[in-house]
Amino acid sequence: MTSYIAKRLLVAIPTLLIVSVFVFLLQKLLPGDPILALAGEERDPATIEFLRAKYHLNDPIVWQYIYWFRDLLHGDLGISLRTNQPVTELIAEKLPVTIQLAVLAMIIAMGIGIPAGILAAVRKNSALDVAANLVALSGLSVPNFWLGIMLILLVSVNLGWLPASGYAPLFSDPVRALETMIMPAFVLSTPLAATLMRHTRSAMLGALKADYVRTARAKGLSPRVVVLEHGFRNALLPIVTLSALLFGDLLAGAVLTEQIFTIPGFGKLIVDAVFNRDYAVVQGVVLCTAVGFILMNLLADVLYVLLNPRMRAAL
Amino acid sequence: MTITATTEVPPAALLRDTPFRRSWRKLAANRAALVGLVIVAFFALVALLAPILPLPDPMATSWSAIRKAPSAAHWLGTDEIGRDILSRLVWGTRASLSAGIVSVLIAVVIGVPIGLVSGYFGGWLDQIVSRMTEAFLAMPFLILAIALAAFLGPSLGNAMIAIGLSAMPVFVRLTRGQVLAVKTEDYVEGARSVGLRHPRILWRYIFPNVLPPIVVQATLTIATAIIAEASLSFLGLGQQPPSPSWGSMLNTAKNFLGQAPWMALSPGAAIFTVVIAFNLLGDGLADALDPRET
Amino acid sequence: MTFRRLATCLLLSTALAGPALSADLRIGLLDDADVLDPAQSRTYVGRIVYAALCDKLVDISTDLQIVPQLATDWTWSDDARSLVMNLRQDARFHDGEPFNAEAVVYNIERMKTLPESRRKSELASVESVAATGPYQVTFKLGKPDVSLLAQLSDRAGMMVSPKAAAASGANFGAKPVCSGPYRFVERIQQDRIVLEKFAGHWDAAAYPLDRVTYLPIPDSTVRLANLRSGDLDMVERVSATDAASVAADASLKSETVIGLGYQALYVNVANGARADNPLGKDKRVRQAFSLAIDRDAINQVVYEGTQAAGNQPFPPESPWFDKTFPVPARDIEKAKALMAEAGVTSVDIQLQAANVPVTLQAMQVVQSMVAEAGFNVSLQATEFTTLLAAQSSGDFQISRSDWSGRLDPDGNIHQFITCKGGQNDVKYCNPKLDALLDEARTVTDPVARKAKYDAANAIMQDDLPIIYLGNQSYIYAFDKNVTGFKPYPDGLIRLRGMDKAE
Repeated sequence: MTSYIAKRLLVAIPTLLIVSVFVFLLQKLLPGDPILALAGEERDPATIEFLRAKYHLNDPIVWQYIYWFRDLLHGDLGISLRTNQPVTELIAEKLPVTIQLAVLAMIIAMGIGIPAGILAAVRKNSALDVAANLVALSGLSVPNFWLGIMLILLVSVNLGWLPASGYAPLFSDPVRALETMIMPAFVLSTPLAATLMRHTRSAMLGALKADYVRTARAKGLSPRVVVLEHGFRNALLPIVTLSALLFGDLLAGAVLTEQIFTIPGFGKLIVDAVFNRDYAVVQGVVLCTAVGFILMNLLADVLYVLLNPRMRAAL
Repeated sequence: MTITATTEVPPAALLRDTPFRRSWRKLAANRAALVGLVIVAFFALVALLAPILPLPDPMATSWSAIRKAPSAAHWLGTDEIGRDILSRLVWGTRASLSAGIVSVLIAVVIGVPIGLVSGYFGGWLDQIVSRMTEAFLAMPFLILAIALAAFLGPSLGNAMIAIGLSAMPVFVRLTRGQVLAVKTEDYVEGARSVGLRHPRILWRYIFPNVLPPIVVQATLTIATAIIAEASLSFLGLGQQPPSPSWGSMLNTAKNFLGQAPWMALSPGAAIFTVVIAFNLLGDGLADALDPRET
Repeated sequence: MTFRRLATCLLLSTALAGPALSADLRIGLLDDADVLDPAQSRTYVGRIVYAALCDKLVDISTDLQIVPQLATDWTWSDDARSLVMNLRQDARFHDGEPFNAEAVVYNIERMKTLPESRRKSELASVESVAATGPYQVTFKLGKPDVSLLAQLSDRAGMMVSPKAAAASGANFGAKPVCSGPYRFVERIQQDRIVLEKFAGHWDAAAYPLDRVTYLPIPDSTVRLANLRSGDLDMVERVSATDAASVAADASLKSETVIGLGYQALYVNVANGARADNPLGKDKRVRQAFSLAIDRDAINQVVYEGTQAAGNQPFPPESPWFDKTFPVPARDIEKAKALMAEAGVTSVDIQLQAANVPVTLQAMQVVQSMVAEAGFNVSLQATEFTTLLAAQSSGDFQISRSDWSGRLDPDGNIHQFITCKGGQNDVKYCNPKLDALLDEARTVTDPVARKAKYDAANAIMQDDLPIIYLGNQSYIYAFDKNVTGFKPYPDGLIRLRGMDKAE
């Protein structure tokens, strides 16, 4: 197992290198000059020159990349052009916000998706099944940002029940944190809940058809025990793996949701950085997201092996 | 079907019962998929007929009809500079549908050949392609699309390219995986032992067999791409004013949520309907093209 | 059980922390501020924060007069090349360091020499500054520049603690130490900036609020929803379309003030190859374009009448506005006649504008207005950073641009239109105009000075390299229990006298 994980991590290194080179190139090719905006309304030529030199923007792109990479090896991701803050500091500040949002969304998604999937599978082809499938399909099809603005319109503007935006850390202000997070987390969770429901349903259908479930039924065990103990336990494997994979997507999916609800997280950081041509920030955040994505994939694979006795034996 | 019924089918018809027909029959029997197909066809028709429908000019402004609620004169109301929202919605269908389809075409046309070649030949080429694909997949789809769209400059065409390129790695990986599964099949081994050349094997023996999952994926990706176009337009990186697209209509509408909620309602509902239709169709295709079930 | 107890504890502690005893004002800003160092800062929202954080040598009044702040009085020499200022003796920095003439000299030199400084051009005319007494400084100017006082009423005149600045260098912005009525507590990027009352301020009694929190919330609807729900006490730059609903809400109050800046169309007249078009080459075509625009209708349709329609670099209320050129009414016949005179019937032209919905809305209105005179305008929505780069490199035909405005008239004209002006992106060059604008810098008598600007304006109205459209307004909305707020034309929120009733 350890050697498997080590091998996977080793393979991830070239992938991350490609990501960093690609993002670097793409950014340098972006039109627009951050320095002009940075120099202030007056655009003093001396200031512009100084800033270009300070951020190595006069050097050839290859050198710029080498400088960046050299700093990376020292754990330094550079500083934000816009705020002068170290990128590592920005990431440390924003990542917990997005993780908090993503975890809450994951809880909501699992809380809705898995029970709905089980019910739909148990009552296959019933009105309940059709309804659950329709709701799931809607969850997959509704544009997140539209759902977000509609909810703001309804819940915050018209009803005044929840704040339309804002953020509070969970541990210092839990009430406020839940108030501000519940709506964006719900919006973020809709496609996940839908995906989870559909996969739970098909995994459960497969499991319920299996011999051991039939045996359990024949033995006269109560339907509840059959479904949960025998069916769900065996359907759990693909669901857990999928959840880990989806969590990786969540971090990325937060982009528009954070934009709409003005949550100071990762997604908002990167969109603002792309628009402001804040090179170091874009570079650092994308790299960080890629690392998270790769780790979540690895976690999914490891969980798959750990939860599957046959696979465990094979390793 | 009873045995007698089968024997009554003439042999010629049996020969013509190609996989395509079989799949089509299965699809036609799937009511949900048909609903999806009908909705997609309806929107496609609306997009095609937009120029001859009896609607006001989608770009015609009217200072006396600014942000008017839905009425007999304007069924879906008017927008912030007095344009008819129904007309803009209809014309926006063109932008949104073509964005969905064109960007997926871009992804397929680039992604599938790369996946075919990489999976078929393997070796160092495959290694490089796999690492590149992984790298692309590790970058959040929307972030990649935003960066590409910003790089190419805001316009509908560029948004399509950006979405297409961002969606491309999925097709590379899917195709490659399918090729790996197919290339050890007997008929491929057979074709190789007869001495057929690689391009012919790829085209005649491998491509048709990897096609079904690609078709399914493409249909589902159209749904994603329509949302992606709307998201880019929502951030101002898609369709440029005054031409309408559903996403750009939403982008404007969000500034008038309090005063003119109808501006946000109809384009959002349109996106929702089309995307759900493509998803229904994609699910239906997945069932119909699944070789495991008969 | 343990979890439940823990949860109860947490709930209780937040309930206790909730109703704070001190008056805390929460202000929603349109954008996040940049570096909080007056020498390096460049954003408008940054200036809103400075209004509480950093005192300046001089301030402005609501009617745009320059009034004392850290300087108590000042005198110009007759040749406008020397300015003597006397300073307050009871001011202190937030770290307890004394404010005196040495501190002023240090600050001005820091602004002029810090490599990261954005204030160099604002202080370009200052040759040297010397402490001519413990509480007196003398500015020596290389050339006459009466606009210096206006510069000192903004970031160039903000005094920071020399000790703190020397210690942190270019990183001063991470923990700014100034001498304003409120001092820095903490900042979370894109989330909040928190200031608390500085008891040692010389005018502390006039500032009843104990704490101010600035929260950047870019979306206008969301900002307003937060105000209504009580999560914010005040928001700045309410969108014009929300103004009516704010006015209708009995629990809210609002204030509007026309700003110092302008909105304009920059026409590329000589900046590279793209100037080669009928609009760039022929002033009659530009005049036709300008006449085809109904400025008042734009204000009504797009801004709900909250802005000022304008045709000059100053708003019509400004004492510098030239009344011989009132804001023109739309005249499509005259526009067509001018087009005919120039020998063109239709002109295809590209207009780039920042990718902001309300700006694009206004430009679509312009697009449909000028179409009647024969202009076929294609709109190009551009991100702000790209727009700036395109504008300065001449990659535009018409560029829609904003200027936030300066107190002194020079700041709204000189750099944009003189041959060597730093922001002359249209590359207009007219030695006669240069001479007038240069001379205006040296005249201390306001009446004589206005005559120079009027003469310059006559030339600009004829040549129209910049087509002015109007002047922005600042709209504020706040809870009715917020008292004492006075809007200033520079748009900043000055907290003096402001309080919040519980």
